Amino acid sequence: MKAVARPRNSPQSETLLLAKQDFQAFLDQLWQGGYRVVGPTIAQQAIVYDEIRRVEDLPRGWTDEQSGGQYRLTRRDDEAWFGFVVGPHSPKRYFFPPQVAVTQADRTSNGWQFSEVPDQEPPYALLGVRACELAAIAVQDRTFINEQYVDPIYRRRRERALIVAVNCTQAASTCFCTSMNTGPRCTQGFDLALTELPDSFTVEVGSERGADVLSSLPVTRAAPGSLLAAEAARQQAVDQITKGLDTKDIRDLLLSNLEHPRWDEVATRCLSCTNCTMVCPTCFCSSVKEVSDLTGDHVQREREWDTCFNWDFSYMNGGIVRNQIRSRYRQWLTHKLASWIDQFGVSGCVGCGRCITWCPVAIDLTEEVAAIRENPA
Amino acid sequence: MSVQASSAMVDNPWLAQSVEVATVTPELPGVATYHLRFRDAGLNERYRFRPGQFNMLYLPGVGEIAISLSAANEMSGTWDHTIRVAGNVTRTLAGLGVGGELALRGPYGTSWPLDECTGADVILVAGGIGLAPLRPAIHACFTQRKRFGRTTLLYGARSPDMLLYRRDYDVWADRGLNVSATVDRFQPGWSGDVGVVPLLVDRLRPLTPANSVMFLCGPEVMMRYTVRSALERGLRRDQIWVSLERNMQCAVGLCGHCQLGPAFVCKDGPVFRYDKIERYLNVEGL
Amino acid sequence: MSHKPRLAVFKFASCDGCQLSLVALEDELLALAERIDVAYFLEASSRVEPGPYDVALVEGSITTPEDAQRIRQIRRDSRFLVTIGACATAGGIQALRNWADSAEFLRAVYASPEYIHSLATSTPISSHVPVDFELRGCPINKQQLLEVLVSLLGGRRPRTPVHSVCLQCKRRGTVCVTVAQGIPCLGPVTHDGCGAICPSYNRGCYGCYGPCEQPNLESLSDQCQVIGVSRETLVRSLRNSFNGYAPEFRAESDRLAGEEQ
Repeated sequence: MKAVARPRNSPQSETLLLAKQDFQAFLDQLWQGGYRVVGPTIAQQAIVYDEIRRVEDLPRGWTDEQSGGQYRLTRRDDEAWFGFVVGPHSPKRYFFPPQVAVTQADRTSNGWQFSEVPDQEPPYALLGVRACELAAIAVQDRTFINEQYVDPIYRRRRERALIVAVNCTQAASTCFCTSMNTGPRCTQGFDLALTELPDSFTVEVGSERGADVLSSLPVTRAAPGSLLAAEAARQQAVDQITKGLDTKDIRDLLLSNLEHPRWDEVATRCLSCTNCTMVCPTCFCSSVKEVSDLTGDHVQREREWDTCFNWDFSYMNGGIVRNQIRSRYRQWLTHKLASWIDQFGVSGCVGCGRCITWCPVAIDLTEEVAAIRENPA
Repeated sequence: MSVQASSAMVDNPWLAQSVEVATVTPELPGVATYHLRFRDAGLNERYRFRPGQFNMLYLPGVGEIAISLSAANEMSGTWDHTIRVAGNVTRTLAGLGVGGELALRGPYGTSWPLDECTGADVILVAGGIGLAPLRPAIHACFTQRKRFGRTTLLYGARSPDMLLYRRDYDVWADRGLNVSATVDRFQPGWSGDVGVVPLLVDRLRPLTPANSVMFLCGPEVMMRYTVRSALERGLRRDQIWVSLERNMQCAVGLCGHCQLGPAFVCKDGPVFRYDKIERYLNVEGL
Repeated sequence: MSHKPRLAVFKFASCDGCQLSLVALEDELLALAERIDVAYFLEASSRVEPGPYDVALVEGSITTPEDAQRIRQIRRDSRFLVTIGACATAGGIQALRNWADSAEFLRAVYASPEYIHSLATSTPISSHVPVDFELRGCPINKQQLLEVLVSLLGGRRPRTPVHSVCLQCKRRGTVCVTVAQGIPCLGPVTHDGCGAICPSYNRGCYGCYGPCEQPNLESLSDQCQVIGVSRETLVRSLRNSFNGYAPEFRAESDRLAGEEQ
């Protein structure tokens, strides 16, 4: 229904094999190709996205344990490089940056001069993108590149990016991508998709751009044994998923329960602290502020991540529209799971579970929906 | 079809164009109409909007606000916005004076469905400054007089001295608009109605509900009661359009501020057919 | 404006740190001085001019009978009164006395307590006179102070963000210390303004900027207890937050202290 940011060629059917010993050459190839390589690394006791220059930057031998309101980085009993699920960051922060200048104004002798602020970011190579994150990118494409209007910063960064996905080989207790039909298998929206084996990666090629990156690397055709091993590794992730969200008629269920007592109940727990929306890979709300020098002669308009949980997000001269935590939680959940479908033709939830893990008070949206479903108005 | 002020606006929805205050018409205490003209004459020539649409008005360093167009002023070649001083942007704008510069991007949003109302009796209902977004529709009723049946304006303000565009009512009446005004508070010298706007709907004669459309703009509580009266008089929900207001920052559906249920008020509104928005409009704090 | 706006800076019970934020605006100070007339600022200049003042920055809380009188005169002399910092806005750390016997403190600290005339409480400026704008923080953020001054110079009402510290942590990419490390943090109920510094150094937020809008303290307390923080510790962290006497923090520490007994 909506235009996709960049047409992708149909994936090459042949699966390749890249040895781990050649992975540094792969990273070097990306940097030399002008990409800024961003992938998983350890910071502040978590696996986050940041620049990756060397394979040593990857969280080799580490994993994450996640549950409502809790995330722990722990040692694995092997040396897997991508043996974790998802962290607090997502690719969102690269295409839709937390803070960015959108326009500027300069006072001249002829009055104000209004101009764009050119985005200088080099193209990103996003490494380690999970299936749910690929789905989230596709969801945000519909927001920022729609038929009527386009966000120029998002489009530029999105179109120039190379996406190297990595299939999940395990799941957290907070994962429910299988309910949202977004994973755990990477099926589309990548340039390359890897599956990790002990000494190598199987590589699926999703685009011409992906194929180009591989052209000078010593990849081979994956043997049937490798293919089977990769399939088994991916199946582990499927088998480990325990959480579910019943999405049947979910739009109508939520929109016809806007006065359900559960909203009052969840409001006693919800801190309205904004964490769920900030870690959500699809939440797109923002505000623009004026940043002026002391003379007032040079002004930038800066767009920052904002959220429907912010008290003054719905500010009008007549007052605050959503002036209770109840209203704000209801806005978030009904938007994410229901009205998003009206707006963009897809759910706003990809089942990554971040909002559950990173909620300081462990609110679980799947439980909130289940409570409403159990006792609808 | 509206025309964006320039193609740059389409490429970068945030980029605004320079306009200047050509003249200012004081309206009420704290309310004035700003007649704006693009500094780029070609742009001023090309700019078009549809009644009910709005612009984003921007003052560097101060901020940006959504303001409905209240007229295309062909005499002066300006684009008019009637604004009440309420916050930093409107206060600074009020202090700019003639020749002052600001920036504009737009027009944005949906419009009063005049094209769909051929042959209908048009009932315009406004409360307070809500008359401003309806004024271009009033003007369209005059320029396309033969297109519509009976045209009526039902208007309410807090007191007689708060009636917007009062100088125009006689002119409008001469051009065929039936104008009824009411005030909440009587003041000496006022010989019109005292009471809330829905009472004017209750009393409207003649009324042919099946052949009428109603365009409504004012405080949400006023619109809710006016709709109730209109429904009691036999109008259907799909014969009523309302203009809504929400916090708007991007005006193009990218920032999320203006959502009301599934609607982005900036691009799916501000003008909605009532039956399409009713279930969300009547939920408190949505 | 026909004349340069006149600025005055007043101190009550406080450490002077917030006033120093004005001096610390090194890069902007000269440009600022060109646009405003500093009529009263003892920390920076011995020049003392009488009111009226266009803008008064008030630091510190009210702790003596004389101060309670002095702030009234300052209010009369000032067109726009801005409180700066946690002391002026919420009573400061010295508001700990509001939960104790201040006479006993005096006896313990001073050899001749009879010469000390202080009130039994430390209260924010807004408990004594109407305040036009409150700038939060311990200490205040100098960039926010600059924004307030620039807004007032431009005839605009200052606005500072009201969101929680969490939002700023996420914007800067800081990992939540509570979720990832089990460290108790007041970030979810605290007003941003510092730029979320502490969590970026793997420490919980101390609440220096006071409660954010509509903080849900009960829920945060409940969860802190789930992760093993005692009620006593919670009471202490709320009261020692420099903003312990802010109504929302005060109500929660009183509630928890009441449960304890």
